[in-house]
Amino acid sequence: MRPRAGMLLALVLLLAGCTSGAVPARPDGDSAATSAGTAVPAQAAPAGRPANPEVILATTTSTQDSGLLDVLVPMFERGSGYQVKPIAVGTGQALALGARGEADVVLVHAPEAEQEWMAADNGTARLLVMHNDFVLVGPPDDPAGVRGAASAEAGFARIAQARAPFISRGDDSGTHKQEQAIWQAAGLDPRGEGWYQETGQGMGATLNVADEKRAYTLTDRGTYLARQSGLQLEIVLEGAKALLNVYHVMPVNPAKFPGVNAAGGQAFADFMVAPATQEIIGQFGADRYGQPLFFPDAGKREDEVGS
Amino acid sequence: MDVLLGAVVQAVRLLLSGDREVLRVTALSLQVSLTATALSLLVGVPLGTWLALARFPGRRLFLGLVNTGMGMPPVVAGLLITVLLWRSGPLGQLRLLYTPTAIVIAQFVIAAPEVTGLTVAAMQQLNPRLRLQILALGATRWQLLGLLVRETRLPLLAAVMAGFGAVISEVGASMMVGGNIPGQTRVLTTATVLETSKGNFDLALALGLLLLALIYVVNLTLTWVQQRERPL
Repeated sequence: MRPRAGMLLALVLLLAGCTSGAVPARPDGDSAATSAGTAVPAQAAPAGRPANPEVILATTTSTQDSGLLDVLVPMFERGSGYQVKPIAVGTGQALALGARGEADVVLVHAPEAEQEWMAADNGTARLLVMHNDFVLVGPPDDPAGVRGAASAEAGFARIAQARAPFISRGDDSGTHKQEQAIWQAAGLDPRGEGWYQETGQGMGATLNVADEKRAYTLTDRGTYLARQSGLQLEIVLEGAKALLNVYHVMPVNPAKFPGVNAAGGQAFADFMVAPATQEIIGQFGADRYGQPLFFPDAGKREDEVGS
Repeated sequence: MDVLLGAVVQAVRLLLSGDREVLRVTALSLQVSLTATALSLLVGVPLGTWLALARFPGRRLFLGLVNTGMGMPPVVAGLLITVLLWRSGPLGQLRLLYTPTAIVIAQFVIAAPEVTGLTVAAMQQLNPRLRLQILALGATRWQLLGLLVRETRLPLLAAVMAGFGAVISEVGASMMVGGNIPGQTRVLTTATVLETSKGNFDLALALGLLLLALIYVVNLTLTWVQQRERPL
């Protein structure tokens, strides 16, 4: 009888693994606060449910980490009937996925890379959505004397001059690209220098490394605010034009990639620039941090942003 | 030290409060990994037995491949499966990318060589005359397999635990083919990595402890079965 009991147990475990191959229920944790106006459970089909409901959104880890998508995506899904799969990776990977037609819409914040991407005919439109800003943080005693620098480039130059430790994300993310652009504008190339180190990781992890090593690093304001209480780093430079972090949403081009969900991608892009959404963006984070994390910019020209 | 204690407290609190997100993530982890382990058993045990007993040209090369598969880095398995499942890939029509099924496939690729290789080693431990004796008594192929499995149940259960351990703890493949989408493909390992990268160390540790507890419970069950079989 013993072996039978063993096999029975194994069978039970097997069945436990195989039962309901269906995906666990969609998240509706946030629905507690929303109105009961529309009930859009995954199974019911409200009038106008799109033929191809899956939309793959390639976006960045910092967008995901800010928590903004956790608010916006369910809103979009409820209103449109689409089911969004947000893939949060580095900017480089997000753009590469779009450039292969493996995503339907891309939401990133790396203007130069985006323009190259658009020039290669990968997208149908490049819509300005919002911006937040980067800040340069460093040890409270500011050994390189960055405080008071006239511009981001000047601040970076002071760090290079003092050979003060600087931690870079080094992962081709939007933050990393912004940082590289500032070094370039300052006429410097710190790669290979002993004081310049790359983590290859996300913003939270990079901030921790900078905190431990009492080094400088470039971070988006949102992540810094969220982590501030656990860090000794302080803002040493902010507000410079080169520190603006501008987000664009770009639906992937169906003419180039027939397999994309063009309608879905476009619907998401339209949603991001819609007035109601822009208002939500403008208020996000205000209650938690005392200041909003993002500034809505839909409809503006790119040079108007931040002024 | 208080970071660890804080994490333990938070882990217990998460469990007891029945936090929906945590329960969902834990359930998905179990579901996916148990399925992948079961599938690799179904394939690995017969394949391993055959590899151990059969003789054919290139057998050692094939065996070498299987053993190499045991050391396959999960992230490489994830990358390979991703390329296959891309829209532009050969299996793109199946629309499996970023679904739990894709994670099961990737984890199967990781666990199957593990189970196969260990089965081969287990079967080769048997007295070669046993097989002849069973066949001489008139057993069919499947009966032979069944009897051999019963004879090697101790190392085979170890193979199950090894396969399960390999997939429940891997994060590279799950991240790549699953996408770590909240509510759809987020499992305990990918959730832990996410929370760590966000800097929420308490939560990350708590999730990690939860995962360890889960692995312990499953392995405890399997170990109990394995050790109960032992004749006195």
